[in-house]
Amino acid sequence: MLTLSTGNNAVAAAVRQANPAVVAAYPITPQTEIVEQIANYVTNGSLKSKYIPVESEHSAMAACIGASITGVRTFTATSSHGLLYMQEMVNWAAGARLPIVMANVNRALGPGWNVWAEHTDALQARDTGWLQVYVSTVQEAYDATLMAFRIAEDRRVYLPVMVNLDGFTLSHISQQLDESLVSDFIPPLVLDHAINTNAPMGYGCMTSSADYFKIRYDIERSMRDSVHVIKETEEAFASKFGRKYSWTEDYRCDDAKVLILSMGTLGKEAEVAVDILRNEGIKAGSMRVRWIRPFPELNPGDRELVVIDRNYSFGFGGILASSIRAKTGKDCYNVIAGLGGQEVTFNDIAGFVRNRRVGEEFWFGVDA
Amino acid sequence: MYEIRLHSRGGQGGVTAAKLMALASFRDGKFATAAPFYGAERRGAPIVSFIRIDDKPIKIYSQIHSPDLVVVLDSSILDLVNVFEGLKPDGKVLINAPKVPEQAENYNVQHVDLTGIALKLNLVVAGSPILNTPVIGALAKMGLFSRESAAAAIKETFSDERNLKAALVAYEEMV
Repeated sequence: MLTLSTGNNAVAAAVRQANPAVVAAYPITPQTEIVEQIANYVTNGSLKSKYIPVESEHSAMAACIGASITGVRTFTATSSHGLLYMQEMVNWAAGARLPIVMANVNRALGPGWNVWAEHTDALQARDTGWLQVYVSTVQEAYDATLMAFRIAEDRRVYLPVMVNLDGFTLSHISQQLDESLVSDFIPPLVLDHAINTNAPMGYGCMTSSADYFKIRYDIERSMRDSVHVIKETEEAFASKFGRKYSWTEDYRCDDAKVLILSMGTLGKEAEVAVDILRNEGIKAGSMRVRWIRPFPELNPGDRELVVIDRNYSFGFGGILASSIRAKTGKDCYNVIAGLGGQEVTFNDIAGFVRNRRVGEEFWFGVDA
Repeated sequence: MYEIRLHSRGGQGGVTAAKLMALASFRDGKFATAAPFYGAERRGAPIVSFIRIDDKPIKIYSQIHSPDLVVVLDSSILDLVNVFEGLKPDGKVLINAPKVPEQAENYNVQHVDLTGIALKLNLVVAGSPILNTPVIGALAKMGLFSRESAAAAIKETFSDERNLKAALVAYEEMV
């Protein structure tokens, strides 16, 4: 069914399709619409989930962990300070190998108090063992949420997945949405280590260094296996629903001499910049990075790189740029832009490319 | 691409009006986006929404800086905000007012008394007249989308029949 939806409502609609047994959530701007809509579904009977309104985000994730460990599908959503507040449990969810799916509506961190888009919130959770994908349209928010359940719950993964969408810019925009019916796309969850009253055993008590080390190694092994599961899932999705996704969304990259790398909605705005630059004779392309964990194999070749970071690691640099330098061995022009919802237009992005100085860092709106 | 900037005050239904405009365009077979710009919103504060309509998918998320059309749901905003900023030379303006306000006289402006229409139909919620459905009728008259798509968008969104009635009255009252 083709309709018009916000990013938030698209996530909620996908969750209704996935039909989790338990949703535990706490509202926070700009995520609130997701959990409100899910609560509406539960109230009007179109979603049979047990909806647990908790007193904090820490409790939201704790409740999801408690439910997930019994072997049922779970979902929560948060943003910014909510994500930071649940961080202890975020780590626990991955360590306990629970396939929880969470939508995070990317928002800046205070102070100063700011409710607009920035990726630093989710990137502070990048070392937790969660898989992380960043989306750029309402349709992609829907599709990525559906796929997240199948990826997380695959036996080769058994790790939680975070679907990230830009606060307000994507969470509150209305765009067209094909609300594809999921039918059998997400198989029933079978969690091998679910607790069972017939053989009462738990996982999570005091663990020796030797065993702990193996458990951590096992997380990384599954993270590496998730590369195959993500690829298989995206291919299966494309053949069922006709919409293709991959590690990056590449736009006019084939003959490009300079690549713009970015995440989220800026990656769509960058495609408009590419068209402008091409008309000026600059062979630009856009490579929107979707997955941050696991981090994709990128092959920039001999092309120049302009990396836009809507985040920052103080004392080091833009997180996407740092990751690309480390993974490809290539330097880039690192533009820091869009923090706290700073307005960044396609014209601004075209300007970044025209004035690129590979090896330098540029804070948009501050640096000359 | 056709770009519209909508000015209203918090509580007047500007965000819903923007969604209805996108939905009506969508029902016309176009691609459309509606993006409210959220500041520190509260009832009565001036707010702005952005609507884009095109024949192909819309990739732009940034704000609209040179609109083709400016819609003003509350003419008292003219004293606070330069609603005409960046308006294209051939751009149009639609203002909710019984007559064209003085500040708008030098522009390609049309007016319609949406507030009066809402009050006549007793289309009032929490003390505020509902402007977001009658404005859709006025915009249909301006040719932004078809009358049928405007009606479809309203019926999809609201069950109270007075909303559609208000839109049809506005459609008729627009010159």
